[in-house]
Amino acid sequence: MEIPAIVGAGLVVIGAGIGIGRIGGSAMEAIARQPEATNKIQTAMLIAAALIEGIGFAALFAV
Amino acid sequence: MHKVVRFLLVLALAGPTAVLASSEGHGGHGDDHKKELTPEQKKAHNKHYVIHHTQDSHDFGIFANESEGTHYGFPLPVILWDDGIHFFMSSKFDHGHKTVESNGKYFRLNYADGKVYKADAEGHYITKKVWDADLEMHVQEPVEVLDFSITKNVLVTILMAIFMFFLFRSVARSYQKGLAPSGAAKFLEPIIIYIRDEIARPNIGEKHYKKYMVYLLSVFFFIWFLNLSGMTPLGINVTGNIAFTAALAVMTYLITTFTAKKDYWMHIVWMPGVPVPMKIILFPIELLGTIIKPFALMIRLYANMLAGHVVLGMLLVAAYGFSSYFASGAFIGLTFFMNIIELLVALLQAYIFTMLTALYFGAAAEEHDHEHAAAH
Repeated sequence: MEIPAIVGAGLVVIGAGIGIGRIGGSAMEAIARQPEATNKIQTAMLIAAALIEGIGFAALFAV
Repeated sequence: MHKVVRFLLVLALAGPTAVLASSEGHGGHGDDHKKELTPEQKKAHNKHYVIHHTQDSHDFGIFANESEGTHYGFPLPVILWDDGIHFFMSSKFDHGHKTVESNGKYFRLNYADGKVYKADAEGHYITKKVWDADLEMHVQEPVEVLDFSITKNVLVTILMAIFMFFLFRSVARSYQKGLAPSGAAKFLEPIIIYIRDEIARPNIGEKHYKKYMVYLLSVFFFIWFLNLSGMTPLGINVTGNIAFTAALAVMTYLITTFTAKKDYWMHIVWMPGVPVPMKIILFPIELLGTIIKPFALMIRLYANMLAGHVVLGMLLVAAYGFSSYFASGAFIGLTFFMNIIELLVALLQAYIFTMLTALYFGAAAEEHDHEHAAAH
């Protein structure tokens, strides 16, 4: 039986979602511990989230 | 200035309501038109409605009533190349209903995909045999023309460039009167300072950041303003067009490549501090990486903006698909909520594009001779 490509795309999106969720959660924790470093943490968080998001979109467009 | 900001905010938030009004006209007058459609037809119709609003087009449509066949808007110039240049206004196409004759050649606009195809005098598409890999057989496909038209996206891009030129000239001029910002500078100065101090300086370095500021500021404001223009009810979707984002990504790639220092190439061709077999493996990977980085920039912006527009479109279609006022109202509320999120995404995507561009520039401009001396 052949698995449709859209299922693979769904799996990738789930993975990307978990990844971005973990980044967001960890950034929250980090900010709670060191509120004075909020700006730096936010920047790093956004970059990492954007890179993962790129993979998610690549999977969607490969379908 | 506050008035201008408030006006823009209201305009952006009023977006879905105005599109809604035009979608009512699009979906046909009242229920008598909709009842004739089977669920499959309705599905196809809604899909076409959403896709059509994210596409580029040859005319600037503001409002359309398809059940009466009336369109409100203005035509744009069509420039084609087919053994010579062909120039006429897109109103001649009559939204795909008429075949246009120009210097002995015939053209037809396909309203569904918004592209111009070659035709014969009777208005039939000229087709050619092409191999279809999915069907595994030869199929007849209409022949496209080289299209250099001033389409909606091109027009908006040009207008935005002119608007930005005058806006930032007025900002620059306001500083001749004194260091205290006045006019538009009051609003834009903190953003410009933020890009300099939080994006350019830490990522590129104190020594080289100045020569990249021109591009970083231009690209940030250009993407942001175009994203915001996509939130207006005019149905503009420039940043959700892959050709536009590809052009920006190519510019980032060219600037990175041509301003790169010795160390940048050193890290690609002969990575210092790793064993020789590893250096040979790393070379093609690093070389590929230089192309993948701008490619990811292109896909990220394009996909984010297109996805945002498609989601808004689908929510609007859902709001009109329900016959219950309660469900429709809930979906309109959801659309409003999504619209506010899209306002944030418009800024966020401009920021991320600028941020990553600055990171790539930083890698290109970096000089670290001291570390290498220690590594060897």
